[in-house]
Amino acid sequence: MDQVLELSYALDTFYFLIMGAFVMWMAAGFAMLEAGLVQSKNTTEILLKNVALFAVACTMYMIMGYNIMYPGEAVNSWWPGISFFLGGDNATADVIAGGEDAPYYSSLSDFFFQVVFVATAMSIVSGAVAERMKLWSFLIFAVVMTGFIYPMQGYWKWGGGFLDAAGFSDFAGSGVVHLCGATAALAGVLLLGARKGKYGKDGSVHPIPGANLPLATLGTFILWLGWFGFNGGSELKVSNVEEANAVAMVFVNTNAAAAGGVIAALITAKLLFGKADLTMALNGALAGLVAITAEPLTPTPGIATLIGMVGGVLVVFSIITMDKVKVDDPVGAISVHGVVGMWGLLAVPLTNTEAAFGSQIYGLVVIFAWTFIASFIVWMILKMVMGIRVTEEEEYEGMDLAECGMEAYPEFTSAKV
Amino acid sequence: MKLITAIIKPFKLDDVREALSEIGVQGITVTEVKGFGRQKGHTELYRGAEYVVDFLPKVKLEVAVDTDMSEKVIESIRNAANTGKIGDGKIFVSPVEEVIRIRTGETGPEAL
Repeated sequence: MDQVLELSYALDTFYFLIMGAFVMWMAAGFAMLEAGLVQSKNTTEILLKNVALFAVACTMYMIMGYNIMYPGEAVNSWWPGISFFLGGDNATADVIAGGEDAPYYSSLSDFFFQVVFVATAMSIVSGAVAERMKLWSFLIFAVVMTGFIYPMQGYWKWGGGFLDAAGFSDFAGSGVVHLCGATAALAGVLLLGARKGKYGKDGSVHPIPGANLPLATLGTFILWLGWFGFNGGSELKVSNVEEANAVAMVFVNTNAAAAGGVIAALITAKLLFGKADLTMALNGALAGLVAITAEPLTPTPGIATLIGMVGGVLVVFSIITMDKVKVDDPVGAISVHGVVGMWGLLAVPLTNTEAAFGSQIYGLVVIFAWTFIASFIVWMILKMVMGIRVTEEEEYEGMDLAECGMEAYPEFTSAKV
Repeated sequence: MKLITAIIKPFKLDDVREALSEIGVQGITVTEVKGFGRQKGHTELYRGAEYVVDFLPKVKLEVAVDTDMSEKVIESIRNAANTGKIGDGKIFVSPVEEVIRIRTGETGPEAL
């Protein structure tokens, strides 16, 4: 029996680590998606932002973020208290003791799985503020976001705080990860303003087409793959028949919702614009994935497809509306992760009988309000102290030259010596 | 000597090059260019918003030939590049004062 317990501990830990590695790969997806949807003169800088924010997120979450989100002993259900660095792992004796409270996976594997989630939330921000935000202001924001803002609301739900006690349900993070990231992005975009030339004085919209749609498509497929880890790993356990079936269900539903999102967004775009818009179809896939993330276990695959489809329709209308109110989001991150994240939270009670609309709305409002206010204050301080936007000339010449001094495709532009 | 400059549709470049080879033209210079004429631009769509592309891609062809060849060259470019639709392009003819071959220093029609 001891050996069976040890083996299932090993299996669940292994499963958790592999799922975490899948989620880590989503960082590559965001990098490619964003590199594809910005102009070529801003490619190097957006890639640098993506790799640097990942590193900052991992470091800050290890130093303090994880301890805030999962405190050993919380002060109260609002305030987890602050402590630093990771603790030790489980002893064999505790594992083979069995029973309800016995650990069934390595606590360091839990840290690893959680740290790639905070990086995902931060990646959402980089796309929305692309092509005009100062690199170092962005990275300083990343320090606060991943070390404090994200872990606080994460504690309220997944760490066992007051949102969890209120019955708020969020399986893998439509709210805790996606809505949180999108809300921080929204606060930043409102203070940052639109890219120069995006909106005419008469309210007209001047599109700034992305430079590389193959990269954007590759990025979307990478995110789609990573999402199996994101949702599948969030089941937290695989080592018995019931849990293994649950994980399989989560995989099937996650895939179904993404497919539904593509179909719905593609048809919506075709009906509205008369053309098949690839970027909308890509956003539709992500919208389907975000929509199902709050509850990928209880729907049937048919219902999961429908939940994804509603996300796909929503995201197209949301992107058009954002442009109408002049919220300039080059990759559609606020629509995909924010607007559809809210839909995902509200869709939970449709299939999960333990969830209720009231507590879902409560959680949604708390996450939005906390993240928006906290982010807005941080962005505001950065704006006053060091500025958050590059100069008009730097924006025209491109972030690559202004911030990095190098271009992504130098052969096209520079003179040969 | 004449310099014949033709702006043509990019997909017609191969036809024009073959036609010119057939009548014995020894060399041409080709540049990818953008511009507009009576064809104007066209509209494209990105994330639901339309925008006008003002300048269309064209190919600019430069051929320097002896004066007595120029009518033949013009005729042959016209025939090869003609689709009968708007946007086929234009041919400009200008006099050339001197031509020098860099390798040998030959000048005039000899250098063509």
